[in-house]
Amino acid sequence: MKEWWKSGSPWIWLNGGAVTVSMIMVFGLLMLILIRGFGHFWPHGVVQAYYELPGADRVEVVGTLRRSETLTGQSMREAGAPIPEDQLVVTRHLFKLGNRDVTGRDFTYFIDDFLGEWRYPKDMTVLERREWGDFYGQPLRVLEAGSTVAEGAELWPEFQARLARTNQLYDEIRQIERRDIGNINFRLERVRLDQRRAELRGTLTPELERQFVERRAALDAEYAVLQERLDTLIDEARRDAIVMRAAGGQEVTIRLDRIVKAWQPNNMSIPSKVVFYVQSFFDFIFGYPREANTEGGIFPAIFGTVTMVLVMSIIVTPFGVLAAIYLREYAKQGPLLRTIRISVYNLAGVPSIVFGVFGLGFFVYLTGGAIDRTFFPEALPAPTFGTPGLFWASLTLALLTLPVVIVSTEEGLARIPSTIRQGSLALGATKGETLWKVVVPLATPAMMTGLILAIARAAGEVAPLMLVGVVKLAPTLPIDGNFPFIHLERKIMHLGFHIYDVGFQSPHAEAAEALVYATALILVLLIVMLNLTAITIRNHLREKYRAESD
Amino acid sequence: MDGTNTMSQQTTMTHGMGEKLFEGVSRKRLNIASEDICLQVNDLKLYYGNDIAIKGVSMAIPRNRVTAFIGPSGCGKSTLLRCFNRMNDLIDACRIEGEILLDGKNIYERGVDVAELRRRVGMVFQKPNPFPKSIYENIAYGLRLQGVKDRKVLDEVVERSLKGAALWDEVKDRLHENAFGLSGGQQQRLVIARAIAIEPEVLLLDEPASALDPISTAKIEELIDELKDNYTILIVTHNMQQAARVSDYTAYMYLGELIEFDDTLTVFTNPAQKATEDYITGRYG
Repeated sequence: MKEWWKSGSPWIWLNGGAVTVSMIMVFGLLMLILIRGFGHFWPHGVVQAYYELPGADRVEVVGTLRRSETLTGQSMREAGAPIPEDQLVVTRHLFKLGNRDVTGRDFTYFIDDFLGEWRYPKDMTVLERREWGDFYGQPLRVLEAGSTVAEGAELWPEFQARLARTNQLYDEIRQIERRDIGNINFRLERVRLDQRRAELRGTLTPELERQFVERRAALDAEYAVLQERLDTLIDEARRDAIVMRAAGGQEVTIRLDRIVKAWQPNNMSIPSKVVFYVQSFFDFIFGYPREANTEGGIFPAIFGTVTMVLVMSIIVTPFGVLAAIYLREYAKQGPLLRTIRISVYNLAGVPSIVFGVFGLGFFVYLTGGAIDRTFFPEALPAPTFGTPGLFWASLTLALLTLPVVIVSTEEGLARIPSTIRQGSLALGATKGETLWKVVVPLATPAMMTGLILAIARAAGEVAPLMLVGVVKLAPTLPIDGNFPFIHLERKIMHLGFHIYDVGFQSPHAEAAEALVYATALILVLLIVMLNLTAITIRNHLREKYRAESD
Repeated sequence: MDGTNTMSQQTTMTHGMGEKLFEGVSRKRLNIASEDICLQVNDLKLYYGNDIAIKGVSMAIPRNRVTAFIGPSGCGKSTLLRCFNRMNDLIDACRIEGEILLDGKNIYERGVDVAELRRRVGMVFQKPNPFPKSIYENIAYGLRLQGVKDRKVLDEVVERSLKGAALWDEVKDRLHENAFGLSGGQQQRLVIARAIAIEPEVLLLDEPASALDPISTAKIEELIDELKDNYTILIVTHNMQQAARVSDYTAYMYLGELIEFDDTLTVFTNPAQKATEDYITGRYG
């Protein structure tokens, strides 16, 4: 034993143990997110069963099994369930019933003992609707303008074809609403602002005023054409409907333009389930959120996160690098510099919400307000930059991540061998030339390391963003086809905030849970991707500036 | 060097203990009084904070000769060498008194352009320090700093410098590859090529071969011999044989003082100071 102690093995075990524990925790977290996140998109089978509590009516249950749990009989009895006194354990199942509009309750527990006749009927259909969540039931008839066009065996293909047609129409409608009408609104607002600006400057001549009226009239005419087209499309889209039999036998008619997609999980083979799964995953990534973010995709949040991180990188890199170069290369080393350096390092430890408050007070209200008064007086009292938005969020995060970039760059600069600097100086280079031609290029890998850390930190940050530009639902993306294409003043959506919002601010906690994991998964993947890009660039640079001594 | 001519002028070495250093080397006795002086050092003192590192050195370094600085570690020979291109300016606590005249002009005078000075006084360091760039760009660096952009001029200078540093044949096919791919000896010759690309008057070599293998060392020494026709070379070395082989004049320093400075043959075979003889013959310490 003493030998073993002396051999140093305990240290190896201790160190190895620490690594193992860390790895287990990290992998555990990742596995949890992966399993729960990826599981969300799998088309689970729809169960049909009958539930009969003692002394109550037999009820038909249709839904997907979310999870099962076993509890003690005692606790269930206390909760009011009719469990016999001598029964020790009770199994209960959580079902997602859907049909929120019909039954009013989506997720419900059923006690196993009273649940019988489990079946998976082939024709059980799940309809993902634009409102009210999923619908579970069996299709009865397809209607066109109120009259039946298909039932029985030909129902499903007919329904699929008509749904595809309606979805196409719906996409067109969305396109017109979102892009074309949005475009016109944007230009109308432009006209209004131009006019207001002319008014404020006192340059509004009758001639100019007539021009404004003409421009507005032209846009109105364009709008009228679009509106007409839109009305036709909407009428077209409303033509078809499907009659469904819900649990309990109730017949429900659902218009096809209210349906996003439909599938019969009990009738799907494994390969088609995989295809469906992949499709769902893509829909999730590239779709727009619906129903207070609890349904649909998270594309605006992904887009907002990436845009924000990129804008932040563009701001933080030059600032951090320049500051680090000054601190390391030019500033006179002494107590003052040490104080500044310690302050910068400590900035990294300030709670991020403090940065958020600072960003809101200083950037948004003070700076943004001043910008509005100076450059956008025509838009007042509606603020342009004097309100939380993409730019302020990026700037706040840049401030938050500045210490990381400074520290990494400084370390990188410190690692450059002094012989290389001296070599350059000995050739008659000034200090500046030596810095920019030899030292800084050599330190770029270290700067990239700083940027990688900054990106990882910024992409996962939520608290300060809630104050300075991230919202639950942004009406437009920060980049679009309207000049100047990148709209730094717009509010954005963000994956981190989306997780918080969906998971903890939504009325359907059970429904949201899977979405939270899925969104977290996307956020993790996104950060991994951003980092991989940065790491690839860094490795490329390292290779380029590889010193033999490395 | 012309063999037959010098052999006849070679002195017989009888009383010095350093003659074995000259085995196989022909060397003629030189007289500093008849030389053209390139660098004149007048009572140079150098302080690090309150500590004095060079205690008043005065010497005249002849043009187009190789002057070696020898002495035990910490004697101030490298520090002195760095005074000639004001590399010591980079050290905050360093303070210099006295003067160094380059072609009669004090390089420590106010208003001297240090970058310009370093263009005239090139330096090669102990460890090869190529830039993380291609071989070509390493050589072109000094010229680019001076604003030379003409590709033709650059090509010419790169070729001439590499030939001057006896490296051309080894690297002519891979000029645009990273300089770190070269061996240590090649890197050191590259660094010398880089230094001579900007055509300095003086070359300072700070133990240029101490990190190299014997073959590379021999090549560097050959190179020094060739370069002295065009450059005034100052070399710091720990290697007594090397000093004897390559230098025309030798300065022995000890504890920041110049103990002896004379032509190499005299210093090694007939030193005026007992301390010099002790050091050269290995009885030092």
